Amino acid sequence: MERFDRLRGAVPARPHDARAIAALAANPGCGRRAVMDAAGIDKDATATHLGFPAPFGRSPFAITRGNAFEALVKDSGCAELLRLLRELLGLPIPLAAYTDLGDIGGNPSAHLRHAHTLKLIDRAARDDDEAGTLYDHPLLRLEIAGHTSYLEPDVVAFRLAGRFHIVEIKSFAIVDGQAEPDKVAAAARQAAVYVLALRNMLAELGHDPARVSHEVVLVCPENFANRPAGTLLDVRRELAVLRRQLSRMAKVGAIADTLPEDLTFDLAPDADGVPTRPVSELREAVGAVGARYAPECLSTCDLCFFCRDEAAAEGSTELLGRQVRDALGGVATVSEALGLADGTLTPGEGQEEIARLLRLADGIYGVYAEAG
Amino acid sequence: MIGGMLSPAAEAAAVVDAVLDDLPRNRGVVVDSPPGAGKSTLVVRAAGHLAATGEPLMIVAQTNEQVDDLIVRLAEEHPDLPLGRLSASDYVMPERVLGKASVGTKLPDLGDPAVVVATADKWAWAGDRTWPWAIVDEAYQMRSDKLLRVAGMFERALFVGDPGQLDPFSVVDGDRWAGLSWDPLQSAVAVLLRHNPDLPVHRLPVSWRLPASAAPVVSDAFYPFTGFRAGTEPGERRLEFQAGGMRTAYDRALEEAASHGWALYELPSRHTLRTDAEAVQAVALLATRLVQRAPVAISERGERPVTAERIAIGAAHRDQVAAILAAGPPPGVTVDTANRLQGREYDVTIVLHPLSGRRDATAFHLESGRLCVLTSRHRHACVVVARAGIPELLDAHPSAEPVRLNVPVKFPDGWEANQAVLAHLSAHRVEAAPLR
Amino acid sequence: MSTLAALARLRAVRTGTAQRLATVRHCHLSERPMVFIPLRLAGEAAAPLAAMAGTDPGHPHLLVVPQPRDRDLRFAFAAELAQIVLPYVEGFLKETETVERRGAEPYERCADAPQLLVPNRAALAFTLLLGRSTRFRRAEGPHAVHPSVPVLGRWLTFFAQRARHPGSALLPAVTEALSLHWATGQSALEDANLASLVGWIDPPPGTTGAEAAREAEDPLVWPPAGPATDPGFDAEVLAPAIRAYEEAPGDRATARVAEAVRTQLDPTWRLMWRAVDLLRGLPEGRGASARWELDRGSFTAFAEQVAEGGPPQPKHDGAVPAASRLARMERAQASYDAQRAYDDPLLMAAYRLTGEAFTGTVVASDPANAEGEGRGRKLRPLVTVRTGDPVRLAAGAKLGTPERRGQQAEVVEVDGELVTLKIVKGMGRGKVATPGAVPESGDQVCYAALSDEYQPPASLPASEETPWTHGGPPPEYVPSPEDDQEEWS
Repeated sequence: MERFDRLRGAVPARPHDARAIAALAANPGCGRRAVMDAAGIDKDATATHLGFPAPFGRSPFAITRGNAFEALVKDSGCAELLRLLRELLGLPIPLAAYTDLGDIGGNPSAHLRHAHTLKLIDRAARDDDEAGTLYDHPLLRLEIAGHTSYLEPDVVAFRLAGRFHIVEIKSFAIVDGQAEPDKVAAAARQAAVYVLALRNMLAELGHDPARVSHEVVLVCPENFANRPAGTLLDVRRELAVLRRQLSRMAKVGAIADTLPEDLTFDLAPDADGVPTRPVSELREAVGAVGARYAPECLSTCDLCFFCRDEAAAEGSTELLGRQVRDALGGVATVSEALGLADGTLTPGEGQEEIARLLRLADGIYGVYAEAG
Repeated sequence: MIGGMLSPAAEAAAVVDAVLDDLPRNRGVVVDSPPGAGKSTLVVRAAGHLAATGEPLMIVAQTNEQVDDLIVRLAEEHPDLPLGRLSASDYVMPERVLGKASVGTKLPDLGDPAVVVATADKWAWAGDRTWPWAIVDEAYQMRSDKLLRVAGMFERALFVGDPGQLDPFSVVDGDRWAGLSWDPLQSAVAVLLRHNPDLPVHRLPVSWRLPASAAPVVSDAFYPFTGFRAGTEPGERRLEFQAGGMRTAYDRALEEAASHGWALYELPSRHTLRTDAEAVQAVALLATRLVQRAPVAISERGERPVTAERIAIGAAHRDQVAAILAAGPPPGVTVDTANRLQGREYDVTIVLHPLSGRRDATAFHLESGRLCVLTSRHRHACVVVARAGIPELLDAHPSAEPVRLNVPVKFPDGWEANQAVLAHLSAHRVEAAPLR
Repeated sequence: MSTLAALARLRAVRTGTAQRLATVRHCHLSERPMVFIPLRLAGEAAAPLAAMAGTDPGHPHLLVVPQPRDRDLRFAFAAELAQIVLPYVEGFLKETETVERRGAEPYERCADAPQLLVPNRAALAFTLLLGRSTRFRRAEGPHAVHPSVPVLGRWLTFFAQRARHPGSALLPAVTEALSLHWATGQSALEDANLASLVGWIDPPPGTTGAEAAREAEDPLVWPPAGPATDPGFDAEVLAPAIRAYEEAPGDRATARVAEAVRTQLDPTWRLMWRAVDLLRGLPEGRGASARWELDRGSFTAFAEQVAEGGPPQPKHDGAVPAASRLARMERAQASYDAQRAYDDPLLMAAYRLTGEAFTGTVVASDPANAEGEGRGRKLRPLVTVRTGDPVRLAAGAKLGTPERRGQQAEVVEVDGELVTLKIVKGMGRGKVATPGAVPESGDQVCYAALSDEYQPPASLPASEETPWTHGGPPPEYVPSPEDDQEEWS
């Protein structure tokens, strides 16, 4: 733990929300990302200070739309949501109670709010009353690399006949039964985080964790209207991936232990929070932990532009994508591959085959492309 | 009696009886058959059973070879049953089928046999006649659109196949149909069960092919929810060599496989082309060495020499197969892709691991059915050739597959299946000798 | 990814400009294409914000929805778009040609067809959604729209669905068309950015492709090509403009939104026409013209359906139409792949590298060779080729050749650098081969295990005879009143 605190510097660890936890699976082979995530480092701030701000922004229209849709679904004690659940689960839900777990007055700590959730979920699990209950804003938590992360409570848990379902509200549309597969996948990964956290909570309370269904209820606008529609989404695969990544995170300490003692990514913010760390020093520090850049990082990681720049400076074939890298049989740099292709470089051990292929390709390319 | 206490033969027979009982009561019956669980035996028995009612029967298989195999088996078991074989005009009948069935390109050419067997493609051209009964073989490898072309011909059907093998595929993007219950790219069984969820699904519980060393590994990795067991006890199947070895790495790998059923012949970690020359050569040399060692298979069938015809080499890609053939494996040894090895059986197999030398795993490489086919063709032993580093590759694999609404999740997950097989193989690792 | 394509990307990195991947153009390019650049309001499935469309690079039409959440304004946009697209499309219906068929009646086919060009794949998907959201509308009833709106919806749906048909050029995404012909020094994912891709292919003077591509990632210099807009633009420019419209709707407020989106669309409009010029610089391949003929046929058939007042395309393919479409797509894919390789030695090279094709010099030729006796005697000319390619073909493999289309050969033997093959089809029906049908010693030849020969699949049942395995006959389609009551808000 101290190791991670030193890496992060004098700022509190950035809490992991469900989105961040779901993103752990995006590029698990990257040591740089694993160490920074485990240490709770604000990668966005790091990237910005390095001069490579992350390319992600969210349009105010998208945010407004998301909030408006969620408000619509939850309006009047989740009336719309109940209608959906009745249709979807095919169950008579004569009366459903609505409990807002976030509503405990004052400005309590996450710990207190979690305790409140714990108490009510325990009661719900003991209660064998058949009526459905919606629990809004439950504050769940997960252990990540030895740290407790409280999850942003933008989710609803629904209990019916002793079973719990996680309800995930998203504002992308389902048109004629189909939605954008990447968005559905992201929703499934996030929902899996909540399923796991709620299961852990039940286990902690001595209940059967399997009472939390692996089928989450995905609520999205249908077709081109605002009317919400529900779909059941099986997240068993995402749960397996999540468990795998969490147990991996627990081992990140081993990577951290191999790093120089005095290494830190501290931005050394002044009283106003403005970073004062010399950029060249930070660049060197970040460079000390090996990354595994792939173009897919451009849509998932705050540090992507920095790592891409680094890969370009090294002339790495990673820059061109995994498929190119695979077609090159593992040749690591552009100049090496081109040297093998034009014959100016003698193939090293194990490179004879790719060298032969590249020579042949180079010959053919010369005949047709350069003439054209 | 409790199921677990039945002998494998009694347990399997009970399932077959249940299937035959269900046939007249249902429009369709599905039988899941794990590798070597007696699928053909079931098809042959059910064919006899249905033919005995006096009603004609159509049998749908997927390839000409499967059709021929079925005819040979049917003729053996039911010598008095008149058989017919529909075939394309350029079909050349292999010797083993000669005289066992009337052959023709059109139904009227066949006379009026009790049972007619043909490929799904051929059946689709067979015309308007309606059959009271059909048996659809290898139904998990049949694409939904192929079933659509023949399903109108029969009133009731028995669907038999192995759910763990490779799913049908297409070279075109079928996203527009994803989630539809009649998605033409899913398997025949998937489309059938989505429209007829109440049909009975039986499962053959015993693999007669896989030895006791392999059945639990394959069952846990690829059939995690259903499972099956081996029909033989540990030690009942043996593989022995009549010629002595020289303690080379090849010999040690073969000996490990002979005594434990598995060996992992591990080459040094390196990212390579798909047609990794070193791995390809190792595969060919292992096969050569195996033949030189004059192996003998001892099993419930007695003691038999393992000839080249009883050995297969499997790989993921066609170019790998071509490269292995070019490296000169012993004549007579089958070398083919996982796709084409489906449904086949050998005494010993040598497998080039789909992830060997890869830096990143793609969905193709991770598809659990591919590894399942490759590691479940053998009666005695399986030698897997791979570069070191696959665990690291799996560990670094990003999990960001897109998710389509209303598409049933397929199990097992390729990642988990690969991990499970590898974990088992690591106990049977033999480090490769440096190449001369 | 073939080794050749990988090598081309490496060379692009070294030289700083994109490298050719093809020697001819593999998609048809109309002499008068219409460029269509739609923008969508962020967070909405299919709410159009604006579009730029037209056939004249100097005179784009700008369409704008000053408040994209307003349903009436959206349909006004659709009606306005219909006024641009429909006359363009219908203009191609006037001139037809008569197509003679063996064993069937001749039919009329449009002499040319419309071609809509959109920037990227996301624009294709958005076009499909626009079609979906408009084709079920009606000109009467409680939610009446302008009569042109549902017609536009059918056409947009037709184009967007046809775009998924392998080899079709009715609605190409320009980034994909360019990527077929050039390899950049960046990844395929980054090639989806039109400005960056064009930057690599045709960098401004004094700039390398790599520099141009980096610059193209700055949304302030090169706004995204849509349909998604830049979030920064949304927050700082668009949101205040829309708010102003809400507060005081009118021409002035509309003009403000229009000017805002124009800044986002103008650069892409220019890029699109630059891309057209780049593609025009390549000579059109033989297969591309053949595939365009199929596109024209498809266009003609759909135009007839629209003219006859047929129902809008259903929301889903039923079981039978899905299987039928799949078979057509698989056939098109196989012939698209084979035609491109036969049209272009650079694409053929990918197959040579994997051993599925080879080039070489004929060293022996026996045009009179025959197999069998008497009536069974078959002409089977033998040709032996010396090649330096790494051939991986087994005896019996079926081969075609770009020099003699329609001819078929079979591998007899591969012995080191010598490949012997026999010609089995397309050499004439006489006792000896047609002169010129068999290559002679010294000829340069190329053979490949690629075929666009096609075995038609067996027929499918009629939809109303869908078997029980596939859910039985589907309910008959009746345009439901719900179709047009479905909100679009």
